[in-house]
Amino acid sequence: MSKFRKNDGKGTPSISTSALPDIVFMLLFFFMVSTTMRETTMMVQITLPEATEVTKLEKKSLVSYIYVGPPLQQYQGQFGTEPRIQLNDQFANTLDILDFVEAERQARDESERGQIITSLKVDEYTKMGIVTDIKQELRRSAALHINYSTRRAAR
Amino acid sequence: MPRKLPEYNASSLADIAFMLLIFFLVTTTMDVDSGLERRLPQWVDPEDIEDTPPIRERNIFVVLVDRNDRLMVEGELTRVDDLKDRTKLFLTNPHNDASLPEKEIREIPFFGPTEVNVESATISLRNDIGTTYGTYISVQNELVAAINELREEIANQEFGRSYDQLDRERQNAIRDIIPMKISEAEPRRVGGN
Repeated sequence: MSKFRKNDGKGTPSISTSALPDIVFMLLFFFMVSTTMRETTMMVQITLPEATEVTKLEKKSLVSYIYVGPPLQQYQGQFGTEPRIQLNDQFANTLDILDFVEAERQARDESERGQIITSLKVDEYTKMGIVTDIKQELRRSAALHINYSTRRAAR
Repeated sequence: MPRKLPEYNASSLADIAFMLLIFFLVTTTMDVDSGLERRLPQWVDPEDIEDTPPIRERNIFVVLVDRNDRLMVEGELTRVDDLKDRTKLFLTNPHNDASLPEKEIREIPFFGPTEVNVESATISLRNDIGTTYGTYISVQNELVAAINELREEIANQEFGRSYDQLDRERQNAIRDIIPMKISEAEPRRVGGN
C-alpha cells in the first residue's frame, strides 16, 4: 500500500510556471506589432459611414487627418453641438485648413511633399455643406489626394 | 563537473510581462485606416471658369442628392440599391440605346479596336449643402462599386484573372475601357437657407 502514499503530507506538487512568461510574451509581441498609437486626442465624436469598395491607406507617413463631427460632451458648453472641424488637437474653422496643409507639408521629407494624402474622418450625420467647404479649401491648397475614411461593410 | 546553478525564481517575470501586455491591450486600436480614395480636381479661380463646350445630354449621367437625402438619377427618383445597375448600364450601353452614351471605336492595347463610350461620357454627381455625409458616401460607394464590378468582369473575361492580380499595363488597358470619370459640380452658393 505504501507506494500510493508517497506524497502524503507534502501537499500537491507545484506546477511549473516557467512557460507562462513565454506565452505572455508571445501575446505581448503580437499586440506590440499590431498596435498603432493614437496621436491626437479626439475632441469630436465620429461614427464613420460604411462602404464596401474601400482601399487601404498604404503609406501612413503621408497621411494627415481632418476630423469633423459634433464636439464631445465636455466641449459642448463651449463649442455647441453642431459638427466642428478638428485639426491636430484643437477646433478649427475652414480657413485654418490652408495653414494646416502647409504645416503638414513642411513636416514631410522634401521628396514626399507632392504626394501627401488627406484622410477625412467625418461623422455619418454631418451635413455636406461643411465637407464641401473643406474640399474647396483642400483644392485651394493643392492637396488633391483625399481619402474618405469609412468602415468596411460586409458585402 | 561544474556546479549546478541555482534556479532563479521566474514567477514575477510573468507579472511584468502581463503589465506590459495590459498596457498594449488598452492602447491598441486595431482598425486599419481604409476608405474611398479620390482625387479632387485642380483649383480654378471662380472667375476664370470658362464655358466648357456643352456635353450632350446623353453622355452625362446625372446623379443628384437633395437635402432630404433623396436620390435622383437622370431626373427620376431612385433607390440607392438600384444606382449600381443604372451606372453599369450607363457605362456599358450594351444595346446602343439612344439615351445612353455614344460609342466610338478606339485602339486599346491587348484588346485591339474596341467599341467604348466617348471620351466625354461622365458621371455627374451633385449634392445639396444639407445632404447627409453618410448618404453621400453610400452614393459614391455605389458608383465606385459599379466601375469596379465592370472592370472585374472584363478582367475575368479577357485574361481569366481578377483585376487586382493583373499587371499595371493590363489594368490601364481596362481602365481605358471603363474609366472612372466622376465629376462633382462646382459647389454653388445659392440664396435662401
